[in-house]
Amino acid sequence: MTGLLYLIPAALFLGLLGLAAFLWALKNGQFDDPDGAAERILFDDDDR
Amino acid sequence: MTVEAALRSPLTAAEGPEPVLLDPSGYVQAGGDGRHTLHLMVEGVHCGACVRRIERALAAQAGVESARVNLTTRRLVVTWRGAAAMAARLVEVVTREGFRATPYDPRQLAAGDAEAERRLLRALAVAGFAAGNVMLLSISVWAGQAYAMGNATRALMHWFSALIALPAIAYAGQPFFSSALGALRKRRTNMDVPISVGVLLAAGMSLFETIRGGQHAYFDSAVALLFFLLIGRFLDLRARGRARSAAARLLALGAEAVTVLLADGRRQVLPAASVAPGMTVLVAAGERIGIDGRVQAGRSEIDTSLITGESLPRPVGVGDPVFAGTINQAAPLRLETTAVGERTLLAEIVRLMELAEQRRARYVVLADRIARLYAPAVHGLALATFLGWTILGGIAWQTALLYAVAVLIITCPCALGLAVPAVQVIASGRLLRRGILLKSATALERLAEVDTVVLDKTGTLTIGHPELDRRQPIDSSALKLAASLAGASRHPLAKALCRAAPSVPVADDVEEIAGQGLRCGNVRLGNRNWCGMAATDEASGPELWLARPDRPPVRFTFSDPLRADAASVIESLHRQGFAIELLSGDRAPAVAGIASEVGIERWQAARTPADKCAHLERLAHEGRKVLMVGDGLNDAPALAAAHVSASPASAIDISQNAADAVFQGDRLQPVLELLTVARRSHRLIRQNLALALAYNLIAVPVAILGLATPLIAAVCMSGSSLLVVGNALRLGRGR
Repeated sequence: MTGLLYLIPAALFLGLLGLAAFLWALKNGQFDDPDGAAERILFDDDDR
Repeated sequence: MTVEAALRSPLTAAEGPEPVLLDPSGYVQAGGDGRHTLHLMVEGVHCGACVRRIERALAAQAGVESARVNLTTRRLVVTWRGAAAMAARLVEVVTREGFRATPYDPRQLAAGDAEAERRLLRALAVAGFAAGNVMLLSISVWAGQAYAMGNATRALMHWFSALIALPAIAYAGQPFFSSALGALRKRRTNMDVPISVGVLLAAGMSLFETIRGGQHAYFDSAVALLFFLLIGRFLDLRARGRARSAAARLLALGAEAVTVLLADGRRQVLPAASVAPGMTVLVAAGERIGIDGRVQAGRSEIDTSLITGESLPRPVGVGDPVFAGTINQAAPLRLETTAVGERTLLAEIVRLMELAEQRRARYVVLADRIARLYAPAVHGLALATFLGWTILGGIAWQTALLYAVAVLIITCPCALGLAVPAVQVIASGRLLRRGILLKSATALERLAEVDTVVLDKTGTLTIGHPELDRRQPIDSSALKLAASLAGASRHPLAKALCRAAPSVPVADDVEEIAGQGLRCGNVRLGNRNWCGMAATDEASGPELWLARPDRPPVRFTFSDPLRADAASVIESLHRQGFAIELLSGDRAPAVAGIASEVGIERWQAARTPADKCAHLERLAHEGRKVLMVGDGLNDAPALAAAHVSASPASAIDISQNAADAVFQGDRLQPVLELLTVARRSHRLIRQNLALALAYNLIAVPVAILGLATPLIAAVCMSGSSLLVVGNALRLGRGR
């Protein structure tokens, strides 16, 4: 059972990493325009 | 660039959408090192192709550093290096691409909504993270109970759960806590009160159990509850977000500038509010009139569609009254101001509308009506459980409290919180795919109660703009010649000619004489007099004449055609048992003709906005629930006064604002669709509420008897939420 003592924190750390990544993306405006993002991937030029 | 210069710039004469008359330079934000930023609301952006066209056109301009259209909110941010005055040219570029662009100040505009959405999303992320991890630990504890997990290990698991859950609840619960506090301060209760109490008590009691090494901790239930409810909250906000950005447009259109001719002959540009009655005002061709006044000099045509809903411009001469909000189309006018600001006809209509809206704001949605009963019932039940066990059952108060908290957790309105928003989101998504935008959260509920449909004529039953009448044979060479002249004009009839012969190139050297017609060499296109015909009193609709040398003049007649499916939609509505009325500001013969054509028996003609409003109130008084469909400013107060309202996307901004739903396209079918979807979703909402209630009837006795464990609570909660969402999904399928 002693394995739990570092396995649980490790799992939590990885989860927190994912949460931090999501919050960063949110703050960075990645979710501001979901409709536009869905369309932009179809533009064939990549000037902007 | 001054406002005056902006008014005369080519921008005002741009082809296509309505001219933009605001001077954008006032909205430009200066950044460091010569950078400027302008925020614009863009109308008419539907897809990625539109986004790309605008961004490319702007990027091609010298100095532009970035241009980005947000397709979700229909907004454009453009940044450039150079003079602030470049803004006018950039707006013109967007206008020339066929989109109407309105500058706005991002600081004062609905920034709160975007922020609220982000805050919810952050809370949702935290709750999701915590729910997942605490559930993992809880499952070990539940499994451990079967395999005799040691007390120390269980305590460790509980402590880890507490470590995750408590901060998560403190953060993710805030939307509910603040709303509950707000309601309590006003001495009311809402759904958030039992939610907050349930979550906080569950967390506190679990912490207490953890400290004393007890067997049951409800951290997982508390966090999962928040997670589910936040999903409901977020969906709810998202569904209404799109519509709100459309409504915000009106705010930005607020300030119009007026050019005043001073006594000494100088011109001065003033905000409409600071013009006094008696002042002389100059209005350029293509400009929106900012005041009510009387024509002093000049002859022109006024587009009064904003006020009357009439599609054809009205000719005006010296002495005729003109109203704020209309557009001077043909030639410059000099006006004597008779009323400004609050006293104009426009302001009067807006006031009528606000009054009607206030009355409607009292509508209480079903979920809130239930919450009023639900919160006291749940808290009473929990209290009864606690007292019952301590006094009658004679057990320790700690254990009794445990049972009471279990009651609160089990009854926490998880399914109830999802029952309504899940259906609403799916219904509005389905309507959106068919070009119908639901603006009000309560619109679906109100639509489901409708028993009477009141329609406007122009722009609602009809398309709203004139089309060439093809019932008589038309000489195609004459049509082509006429269309080549007509291409040079913005007059609605000329535009209709161009639509009738779309591939004809525009002739060079076309000269337009305001209120008369067009001339190109010795070919003339215009009204009867212009083409040398004697005026007659022969009653007829709008017409254009084409005069060519050595040939008899040709007459083109126009009519405002019915929407293609108007008659069949009216028939279906009749069949479904709706009472239908036609309420128009137009003259009686025109209204009677349309009414008999589509099969409406009850109609009224020549109604003013106040008449329409009064009629709707009379209907409401008779206990009827009215759906009002209209598009003009004259309909706006009626739209606000009706039980629920809809307007076509071609309607003016104010009407779209007043309406609960906005539909796109040239068909009337969306009205039928709206009513059908509303009735079905109302049925589903009631089913969902019944499901949630049935779940409570089964689960609550278990909790009161003290048999509920955290495992049972978690299964019940997830199960009922899934059931409710699954039931809502049925709406998305099929017809």
